[in-house]
Formats: sequence, C-alpha cells, structure tokens
Amino acid sequence: MSISMKTKAFAMVVSLGLVAGCSSTGDTTEGGDAYGSDVSAVDQAGGTVYGGGDDSGISGGGLTEAEREQARIAAEQAAEAAQRAITTFYFDFDTSEIKPAARDVLIAHAKFLQANPGQQVRLEGHADERGTKEYNLALGERRASAVQRFLVVNGANRNQIQTVSYGEEKPAVMGSGDGTWAQNRRVELIFK
Amino acid sequence: MFLDMNDRPCSRSLKAAISGAKRWLAALVLSLASLHAQAELMITISEGVESAIPVAVVPFKETGVMPEGERFSDIVRSDLTMSGEFSTLSPAKMLSLPSRGDDVYYRDWRLLGQRYLVIGEVTRVGDRLNTRFEVFDVASQERILGETAGAPVSSARSLAHYISDKVYEAITGVPGAFSTRLAYVTLQSDNGQPLYKLQVSDVDGKRARVRLESREPILSPAWSPDGRKLAYVSFETGKPVVYIHELASGQRTAIADFPGLNSAPAWSPDGRSLLLTLSKDGNAEIYKMDIASRSLTRLTTHWSIDTEGSWGADGRGVFFTSDRSGGPQIYYMEREGTEPRRITFGSRYNARPRPSDDGAYVYYVHQREGAFHIARTNLESGEETVLTRTLLDESPSVSPNGRMLIYATKQNGRSVLTVITSEGGSSYTLPASEGDVREPAWSPIVR
Repeated sequence: MSISMKTKAFAMVVSLGLVAGCSSTGDTTEGGDAYGSDVSAVDQAGGTVYGGGDDSGISGGGLTEAEREQARIAAEQAAEAAQRAITTFYFDFDTSEIKPAARDVLIAHAKFLQANPGQQVRLEGHADERGTKEYNLALGERRASAVQRFLVVNGANRNQIQTVSYGEEKPAVMGSGDGTWAQNRRVELIFK
Repeated sequence: MFLDMNDRPCSRSLKAAISGAKRWLAALVLSLASLHAQAELMITISEGVESAIPVAVVPFKETGVMPEGERFSDIVRSDLTMSGEFSTLSPAKMLSLPSRGDDVYYRDWRLLGQRYLVIGEVTRVGDRLNTRFEVFDVASQERILGETAGAPVSSARSLAHYISDKVYEAITGVPGAFSTRLAYVTLQSDNGQPLYKLQVSDVDGKRARVRLESREPILSPAWSPDGRKLAYVSFETGKPVVYIHELASGQRTAIADFPGLNSAPAWSPDGRSLLLTLSKDGNAEIYKMDIASRSLTRLTTHWSIDTEGSWGADGRGVFFTSDRSGGPQIYYMEREGTEPRRITFGSRYNARPRPSDDGAYVYYVHQREGAFHIARTNLESGEETVLTRTLLDESPSVSPNGRMLIYATKQNGRSVLTVITSEGGSSYTLPASEGDVREPAWSPIVR
C-alpha cells in the first residue's frame, strides 16, 4: 500500500511536468524492503522531488505566475504525501534519538496533522528482544515520546497524538540477529 | 493439613557434605509432564551435576490403592535432582529396598557410594494418604530425620513435595522450596494470532493452571508475600495496566491504570504496598502505592528511565534500574528520599535487580560482549559473578530459600525457562509443550 501511494504521488509530480529527469522511483519502492534504509531512501527521493520543484522544473516556460505557484504547491503536497507513506521509524540499540534521515518525513507528518486537526495518530514504541522486558517497555515509551515531541514541535497538536509502548512484546520480525533486531527497534505511526 | 511429628531435622552444613565425586547426568530427560496436560512444561536436565551429593531414594512401600500417575518416591527423587545439589541413584541399581530403619544395611549403600538414604512408606486410609519417611547418613550410620505426614489423596503431589522439602532441609540445613509454585507466561500461535496465557504450576512444571488468557501481552507476574495473589501487567485494554489477581477466587482489580506506562509491580515484604513504574508525570519513574488506599508516593525523580523496582530484604531499601549514567545500571535507594547508590559497574548494561531474601546478593541481567547473561553481585564485597552461559537471558527470579534461580532464555529460537543453582551450577530447562514460555516468578514459601 505504501508503495502504491508513493508511486502515485510521483506519477502526479511527473504528469504535472514539474520534474525534469526525475530520479527513478525505484529508490523509494526498493528502499521499503531494507530495514532502516527506507527512511533514508525516501528522504533521498523526496529531496529529488523538492529539488525538481524548486529549480529546473519550474523554470519551464508557458506557465503564468499563478499557475506556477499552484503547481509548486501541488508538487510540494505530492512530495509530502509521498513522504507520509513512511510510517515506521527506526532507532539504534538502547537509544531514542530520531535519526537525521527521518526528520523530513516526520515534518511532513507534523504538517499533515497541523492541516487536519481532526486527525488522530497513535504512536507505538517498540524495542528489540535484548535486555529486560520492563526496561524495554520504558525504552519503547521514550522512543514514542521522542517522536511525539518532534511532531508537536513541528506543528502537530499534542491532543492529536496518543502514545503506547509495547516494549519487546510485538516484534515486527520474529527471530534473532542484528538485521532482525534493527527492524524491531521502532516507532510506528498509526493514523485513525 | 500436615501432621508433623518426631524429631527436628538436624542441621548440617552443605559445604561439609559436598563430596568430590563428579557425576554427569547426560541429558537425562525426566518425562514428568503427562501427554494430556498440554499446558504443562517438560523438564530437561540439560547440564551435568558436578559435586552433587549422592542420595538414594528407595521406592516407598505402598499400601492401598495409590492415585494414578507418578509414584510418590519418583517425585521426591526428581525434586532432589532438580535442585542441582544432589545426584540420585536409580532404583534399578539398588541392592536392597528397605522401607523401615531396621531393614537398612549401611554396607549396601556405602558400596554404591551413597551419602544419604531416604526410605519410607505411604498408606491409603479412605481418601487420605499417610506417609512415614526417614533419612539416614550412610557414613555415620545415623538417622537424621524421621517424620510422618498426611494429606488428601487429591493432594498427593503436594505431599511428595513436602517430603522433598523435609529431606532437603535435613541434609542441607536450608528449607526446601519444592512446595512452592511458579508463575509464568506462555505465548503460542492460535489461528495465526498470538495467545498469551498466565499460568501457575508446581516448581517442576506439573499441575499447570491457566489463570488468564489474552490476545495482548501479559508480563511481569509478581507474587504477593502470602502467595495468594499475583500482580502483573496486561495489555488487554490496548495499553499496559497493572492488575492484582486473587488466585483462589479469580477476582481481578486494575490497581494502576494511569496515562502512559503502568508496569513493573513488586510487592513489599509486608504485602501492603506495591512498587510500580508509572510515566504519568512525564517519564518512567518508580512509585510506591499503598494498596488499601491506593495513595502514591513517588520514589525517583530523574529525566532518565527509572524502572524495575524491587524491595531489599529489609523491606525499606529499593533496588531499581536506571539509565541515568547513560545506560541501564542497578541502583539502590537505602530509604525513601535518599540519594540512590550505583551497584553495578562491570559492563554497560545491567538491569532488573532481584535481591536474595537474605540480603547477601542482588541478581540481574548483565550484558557482556554482546550477550545477555544473569549475574549477581555480592552486596558486601561488591564482587560480581556471571552465572549463566546462555546468551539471551532475562527475568531472573530467585527461589525463596535462595538456593535456585529461574530465568528465561532462548533455545533453538524458542523462549524456555531454565533453573540453575544460585551459584550458577547445574541446570534444567522447562520448555513449553508448544510456543514460548517466559517471565518466570518463583512464589514465596507459604507456611
């Protein structure tokens, strides 16, 4: 589902003739397969969209100022929608620091929440299986709280956001090993 | 329920009794779980017993119709083996099968290298079982215990565990913990959905009973000091809430349902209050709740994670986990309001403290070279000892007599329970018949 949304957003951008030589959307779709890397992959793709909108795309002739502005806004919205398809954010072991690569995506979520005050989101914090269950419960909560604070700072209202921690109880991927653990240390945004 | 008679068991130092004999029980599987009771755990003695005391438990003489299932003396034998402190002689190797003191030929047992001998008989009278049992020191040729006890037929297993407790105490000088129970959580897949079950069983995994079933996680079961109630965390409402569950009636009370975390319940030794981890005031902090009035006292104030509180043996001090130094470490707050003192320094990750009842040690989860073990620190000397060699260990719980430790670990990708001696020797494993078993909690000794 997230892939089709992203593809659709990109299709919109491309059909508006705004992105000249847009980098392949494959980055985005493939990125979803690899843990952790999906955030940065989308960030890269998103960066391309923004770049295209601001520079080369808009310099094309034949559009009025108003049309150009409209198109610019549409492109921005499309880019943000594409970013918002990403709803899972990953963390390093025993930390609750939001990775730099996740910031633009979370800002897109925050703006969306700001523009839609009736929208609610539930943040579910998780940890990998290592360490103790109760500490991991607190760690999952700290991760969810970190994301909540970030969203609020960037425009969302606190009342729109609920947080819950499951600690190590609900892994995204079963099993052990660095790759598995990396996918399980996460906060998921669930829009209702 | 029991009739206690005759002499008090004489105390002996276990250390003095430990023989140099090295005995390895190679992967001996005691099939204690019956096929019918799918909820039960299976016992696997997974590691040999070194320097265990050789004990012969002679099959008890049985008079009248015995309850179906295991033989009485088989339960006693497996209890003693499970403790990790004894190696028991197979009845097939016994040269004689005495049931009375007059019939004991010490030479037979000396020849077999036995240090202690347990004999007895069990007689059915109506719906009751009466038993008489004796323990002999083979070397000194002395009787060190002689007792009688009785119980309803329906409590045959309880009676056998009671005998094990008395035999253990007669030999080691420390009360046995075989009559205690385990609480734990199993997780299995049910039509592709997770199914959590809070269960209570005998210490050997038998007589398991499901106390709570949920599609959402259950964790951190904690026994009340009287052994009648469990406190635990259940996500059944979509968030962590702490419940108190009265086992006899099944009555449950949501005792902590504040915004945010409600977790890590631990009973005070007097049973009147609970330590809880709540995040209602911003982040995970430890509070004390007076159960009757539900009034809260906040014990920690720090921006870091403070959790996993556990009362020290004196009932005043509190051990807990805090990452105030940058990673989780064990701290001790001597009295409410005093500055916590850091206990662990040996590695970057030490969490979930469980002090022993005698106040000598604190047990916890300890990370070393990427693996998670159970370790303990001697509170007087500060010396740290790593007790386990398994790699993803958590949830240590000390037996109430301080001699055994149960914890959860991974075996072939499944979560199992493992019991070791509190010094880290020997072990047996309690895997679930299906799926995972985790979060063990050893009940107190209830008199």
